[in-house]
Amino acid sequence: MIRLVSESFDPGAELNRFSRGRTVTGAVVSFLGLARGESGQAVALELEAYPGFTESEIAAFVDAAIDRFGLQDAAVIHRVGPIPPGEPIVLVLTAAPHRREAFEGCDCLMDYLKSRAPLWKKEHGADGSRWVEPTARDLSDIERWA
Amino acid sequence: MTPVVRVLLFGRLRDVAGWRERIYRPAPESLSALRAMIATEDAALAAALESPGVRAAVDQVLAQGDAVLRSGAEVAFMPPMSGG
Repeated sequence: MIRLVSESFDPGAELNRFSRGRTVTGAVVSFLGLARGESGQAVALELEAYPGFTESEIAAFVDAAIDRFGLQDAAVIHRVGPIPPGEPIVLVLTAAPHRREAFEGCDCLMDYLKSRAPLWKKEHGADGSRWVEPTARDLSDIERWA
Repeated sequence: MTPVVRVLLFGRLRDVAGWRERIYRPAPESLSALRAMIATEDAALAAALESPGVRAAVDQVLAQGDAVLRSGAEVAFMPPMSGG
């Protein structure tokens, strides 16, 4: 399940909904990313997507991750538009029979979202705005799964 | 009806160009013809489109190299991506 949302969402409610009724799942892993405010640095984030294309590209990667890690299910909820500090940006959920697959699937999906998913992030700070591009760390992180 | 191509820009490309969406009429026949058309009117944007990591999609499918554009095609230029 892939969802792009323009309003804040409740990560706990999403985790409950995702976990409910899973009688053959032994592990659900969740990653929650928050908009980080640093003093004198970014005061707000803005996420841009390409509606339709962004969802289908992420869905294709999620399907591949489900196959690769033997997941039973996975979900990505991603904010778009302006995001104030402290609010959720992204929630990734994975379900598997055992924890290792769920952890690795979640880790891989986050690395993909940081550097390959069709999303563009702009930081609005006290001294202007700038588009964020993947860091060297982001690029080496995704290489771990090559 | 004159064939048209709709061009979408994302991320920093939008700031370079000063627009997000534009109709090109008459429609260029290929992605490379569209790039040439852009170069005649906005050299800075044309250069940004050639910079590393910029990808193009035609009708929401990533283009590998050049691509033929049908009338009514949607072309998106996308700079390096960064979500999460």
